[in-house]
Amino acid sequence: MAQLTMIQAITDALATEMRNDENVLVFGEDVGVNGGVFRATEGLQKEFGEDRVFDTPLAESGIGGLAIGLSLQGFRPVPEIQFFGFLYEVMDSVNGQMARMRFRSGGSLNAPITIRSPFGGGVHTPEMHADSLELLVTSQPGLKVVIPSSPYDAKGLLISAIRDNDPVIFLEHMKLYRSFREEVPEEEYTIPLGKAAVKREGTDITLIAYGAMVQESMKAAEQLEKDGYSAEVIDLRTVQPLDIETIVASVEKTGRAVMVQEAQKQAGIAANVVAEIMDRAILSLEAPVLRVTAPDTVFPFSQAEEVWLPNAKDIIETAKKVLTF
Amino acid sequence: MAAKKSKQFDPLETLEAIQEKFEMVQILDEEGNIVNEDLDPKLSDEQLEELMNRMVYTRILDQRSISLNRQGRLGFYAPTAGQEASQLASHFALEKEDYILPGYRDVPQLIWHGWPLHQAFLFSRGHFMGNQMAEDLNVLPPQIIIGAQYIQAAGVALGLQKRKKEAVAVTYTGDGGSSQGDFYEGINFAGAFNSPAIFIVQNNQFAISTPRELQTAAKTIAQKAVAAGIPGILVDGMDPLAVYAVTKDARDRAVKGGGPTLIETLCYRYGPHTMAGDDPTRYRTSDTDSEWEKKDPLVRFRVYLEKKGIWNEEKENAVIEKAKEEIKAAIKKADGTPKQKVTDLLGIMYEEVPFNVQEQIDIYKEKESK
Repeated sequence: MAQLTMIQAITDALATEMRNDENVLVFGEDVGVNGGVFRATEGLQKEFGEDRVFDTPLAESGIGGLAIGLSLQGFRPVPEIQFFGFLYEVMDSVNGQMARMRFRSGGSLNAPITIRSPFGGGVHTPEMHADSLELLVTSQPGLKVVIPSSPYDAKGLLISAIRDNDPVIFLEHMKLYRSFREEVPEEEYTIPLGKAAVKREGTDITLIAYGAMVQESMKAAEQLEKDGYSAEVIDLRTVQPLDIETIVASVEKTGRAVMVQEAQKQAGIAANVVAEIMDRAILSLEAPVLRVTAPDTVFPFSQAEEVWLPNAKDIIETAKKVLTF
Repeated sequence: MAAKKSKQFDPLETLEAIQEKFEMVQILDEEGNIVNEDLDPKLSDEQLEELMNRMVYTRILDQRSISLNRQGRLGFYAPTAGQEASQLASHFALEKEDYILPGYRDVPQLIWHGWPLHQAFLFSRGHFMGNQMAEDLNVLPPQIIIGAQYIQAAGVALGLQKRKKEAVAVTYTGDGGSSQGDFYEGINFAGAFNSPAIFIVQNNQFAISTPRELQTAAKTIAQKAVAAGIPGILVDGMDPLAVYAVTKDARDRAVKGGGPTLIETLCYRYGPHTMAGDDPTRYRTSDTDSEWEKKDPLVRFRVYLEKKGIWNEEKENAVIEKAKEEIKAAIKKADGTPKQKVTDLLGIMYEEVPFNVQEQIDIYKEKESK
């Protein structure tokens, strides 16, 4: 066991899968000799060679096409999109092409591609770096979307994503890259896609979150505990497909829920989670399911992040509204 | 201090000098004469006959497809008449190992690469079984997003290179498609990786109603290769021998590690853009149509082969009859294909069925059992 940051756990997962399967290829802008703008691919080119870890021209759409073409030759591409705000450039390759490869070929072809991409606020990045655009990919049938919140989860989920024979979007929150260390086993292990984790057990209210909002929810739960409320925290880990079973079981137990996301209210996946709870557990509810989200503006100028991004305080406030409804 | 005299920079001269380099390659003229003996690919009589067979067959396939579409027995169809040399002579230069990434008009190349005719008809109608490709058939289904096939071809070519296969990725787009970002990214990626790809632009003069001149001020599309630093060739797309020769040359270079090539074929589509209500009389004149009909690839190739004594009316009629029969049988086979169910569609989404899809399979299974 070793104490790793999330970025180290990601590098470890990539190296593990590259050793396991010679078809795994890592490529993108500056992922080779430079080791990635966040060092996520540090040392990989040295260990595996330029044939398997390589830089590309600066063109996200071309990177998407490259991944699709390579997968048609039996490779298992793990391309990187430098920041997920640049998704728009490669939207067709992702939603219009790889997501549909199995379907449009009547099941005769597939696209075992894992797209890694950083996102997330709180680190004062310039424009179009931090936007939470997961809704744009969760709404596309054919994709799976994974968002880890800890080093341990990041390794196990990334190994699963790479081994999956359908395309997976693996979103890495920039603020979580080096914010804390955690015990991560040196050997390989997997965490199933589509399975949430109960991060904290509770009986009065369920806080459902993903990405950086998991930690904020944990902080909120601690405070709520002091105020006499027992909050259960669920980390979705995969935001498409949702782990309905875990969500519903928790809501049936607590009777109250808050859905927490960093994305704007009109974006993200919170509305989807609320709808699923309505469909499946309305008779267990003591109060409406409320959402903690960012306001419906464009992602803020960096100096305004603190007042704009949702945090533990917002979660406590909303949870109390639900608890005292 | 006196100013130093420097040579005047003349960008117009540079542009002209570049554009002049892209002269049209032609081997067979409109009367069926060899006009460029040096470039003649010297195909055997059997090869020449087979190429003519395929071109005639495909002309009939186009006529029958239009008619079947009008009868409502086919769906989406993009006419191909006029492009037989561009499509089939380029395909004739390929090997079975070569991977084709077609556009929506490039159904004939797939058929001659081994896509069963009834499946091409199912593609037209909109049935998933049309796109189920046999394992040893190196093709993708026709691409609807113009340009996407280009960036994907760069990826397939890089894959072939990494697998050390002696094969190429071949992709086709139209003149309008050369304005897309993915067109440029595709050729530029293949150039940067020096991958074995052949990019073909079938310049049939119109993108639906928009004439070629409105796409770009560039005199040729072939010269766009310069932006990627790769060879570009302009070829008479109504001349089967020229199209074959330049494609063969590009393939030979690619498999020897010489990188990609961009080929512009100057051709013409006689029919509408698609059978979905496009009316070409709105945007082009009958004069232009008849001018291009004189250049018909079938006419000049027929004359050439007749002069060589390897083609006659009897042979041509035999191909026509064969085509008609096979088309009839294929339509019948397509008719016999089971109707699609929602559970079929849910079943081809993922390898491991996620929760939401499984739930819906159960719901639709119930509906379908009633």
